[in-house]
Amino acid sequence: MSRMEKRFPTRINIRKGTVDMTHGSGGRAMAQLIEELFTKHFDNTYLRQGNDQAIFEAPKGRMVMSVDGHVVSPLFFPGGDIGALSVHGTINDVAMSGAKPLYLSAGFILEEGFPLADLERIVISMAAASRAAGVPVVTGDTKVVERGKGDGVFITTTGIGVVPERLDISGANAKAGDAILVSGYIGDHGVAIMSSRENLAFETEIISDTAALHDLVADMVAAVPDIHTMRDPTRGGLASALNEIAYQAQVGMRLNEAAIPVRREVDAACELLGLDPLYVANEGKLVAICPADKADALLKAMQAHPLGRDAAIIGEVVEDDMGFVTMETGFGGTRIVDWLAGEQLPRIC
Amino acid sequence: MKYVNEFRDKTLAKKLAAQIAEAADPSRQYNLMEFCGGHTHAIFRYGVQDLMPSNVNFVHGPGCPVCVLPIPRIDNAIELAEQGAIVCTYGDMMRVPASKKNSLIKAKAAGSDIRMVYSTQDALKVARENPDREVVFFAIGFETTTPPTAVAIKQAAEEELANFSVFCNHVLTPAAIQHILQSPEVRELGVVQIDGFYGPSHVSSVIGSAPYDYFAEEFQKPVVIAGFEPLDVMQSTLMLISQINEGRFEVENEYTRVVTREGNEKAQGLVSEVFELRRMFEWRGLGDVPYSALKIREEYSAFDAERRFEITKSTGKDVKGCECPAILRGAKKPTDCKLFGTVCTPDNPQGSCMVSSEGSCAAYWSFGRFRLDRVKETAE
Repeated sequence: MSRMEKRFPTRINIRKGTVDMTHGSGGRAMAQLIEELFTKHFDNTYLRQGNDQAIFEAPKGRMVMSVDGHVVSPLFFPGGDIGALSVHGTINDVAMSGAKPLYLSAGFILEEGFPLADLERIVISMAAASRAAGVPVVTGDTKVVERGKGDGVFITTTGIGVVPERLDISGANAKAGDAILVSGYIGDHGVAIMSSRENLAFETEIISDTAALHDLVADMVAAVPDIHTMRDPTRGGLASALNEIAYQAQVGMRLNEAAIPVRREVDAACELLGLDPLYVANEGKLVAICPADKADALLKAMQAHPLGRDAAIIGEVVEDDMGFVTMETGFGGTRIVDWLAGEQLPRIC
Repeated sequence: MKYVNEFRDKTLAKKLAAQIAEAADPSRQYNLMEFCGGHTHAIFRYGVQDLMPSNVNFVHGPGCPVCVLPIPRIDNAIELAEQGAIVCTYGDMMRVPASKKNSLIKAKAAGSDIRMVYSTQDALKVARENPDREVVFFAIGFETTTPPTAVAIKQAAEEELANFSVFCNHVLTPAAIQHILQSPEVRELGVVQIDGFYGPSHVSSVIGSAPYDYFAEEFQKPVVIAGFEPLDVMQSTLMLISQINEGRFEVENEYTRVVTREGNEKAQGLVSEVFELRRMFEWRGLGDVPYSALKIREEYSAFDAERRFEITKSTGKDVKGCECPAILRGAKKPTDCKLFGTVCTPDNPQGSCMVSSEGSCAAYWSFGRFRLDRVKETAE
């Protein structure tokens, strides 16, 4: 072993360098990028195995697996970046089953010419998010596409977790009479992203709510094990998440607009842009549905956690063979809260 | 939100609802046309209908900027993009059906360079950043969106931005209202019953309240200029009902916090400096309406896409069975259309009224259809 030559005579210049095609070629340049950037920051025993796969003991019980691709623009936004987002997003998808997330994988698609300094910033943010969540990135992959064929960086993460016994959480389980709760203010992430888009620059102090929710979920299922449904209302916002559940469970819903937490700044930004906060994305919020007589206990458990401090009961599940999600408006009338159609667009007149 | 939430107050709404119920004469119907899509949107989004007595009937008018643009004009915009120009337009325009099942968003997917912008300033920026490309701003809308287009054209002239031009489709509200009131459907046949108008809010902030005097008098219909907030709509309803009960037909202004009699004279000046009346313009639903739209004046012809490019005359027609034209005239309700909710939904719009959140079909479908289905069920 002593005569083994040094694999990389000089270090990668992360400060000034950019991604080039060799970083995805499978050769020495790729191995160096992985060692000096990815392994360095994600460092854990599984990655140190140095194989193309991570080997770990399988825990007992029902396993959960979820995958999420991240393509956000801009890559860095108030309150977060694509790195933290890619960790939180997948942890949350796993956690919405009530599961404890255990491991993550990360697949990077890099665009030729992307600054390595930005990549490092993203990887450091990802590593910090994964460490804070206690869910290690145990395996990964890197590919490079030619300039113009990507948008800087795309990150796909997969999460694996295990569901505690006695939990049965599914969109299909929502029942008429159940209470609907949300864990806090909605629309923060979407407005933070929009405020930082080049063609829409407006000043706001709103920051993305990106956060890993598994710890909050653990408290919730401990307090109320018979939660029927949980979902994180990401793209499409609260409205689309509720419509998905209503369809899955073949029920209707009745919301109370006045009870839905929306920050004043988010409300104002949406007003200005002609958008509806119910359709704006969240990255650190969840919707929970539970039997009505457990709603207060669940609300208390949520409010006791920092990520659920502003939780509220926002409506109830009702019998409705049409599956409509309706809402008593703050004005006193009733309207449908429909699926998002197309993209949310600003009004003209 | 200060200065907004005050106009969405539930307690005040209840009070006004009680006043309206008391004022409305149960022996008659009140058919009130809201010209603007902004009102239609507010009525549905806040469920204003639920607070009205059953004899107050909202008749939805043609004032949805993307709805009234006829198919041939959208075909023209797509043609400009296909010729290689960067076409910039407001987001709502992207999904409006053109002929042959095309639309700007589909043309974009097929490779044309079509960009959504939030303002005319964004379009100018695109032109500055792409000096080697022709950049056309597909300008649409009523008097509200016209002044910013005028500003952009003047700026382009000052900057000598040679690659920028405007495909002008700006239309005029008073001409359209007058056209509706003159139509046989209203005057002779009684297909469309209109007892009064909610006057436009944003449009009136530019043109003022004076332009409505003529047809309030000529057609003996009351007009109340109403803000776009739900309480504005309710207050204006009460004002319209009072006028109708008393046999008055005046122009009243509920939206005094913004609209004056004269309007925004600076904006009007800008508009008349850059634009002049078109002798004839085709509206979806209303057909050819004389002096109902604007074109770019000779002095600024260098920035007029219609003069600058060869544009083929399109004969594109609405999808068969689509009732948008009759709906825009107030002659039919969205539910009278066979396509409504079957093949035509906001995800797959066949007609323009299903696209914009200001279109009455989209408003019915997205906010109000639970009511319609329940009504149908009880009828069966």
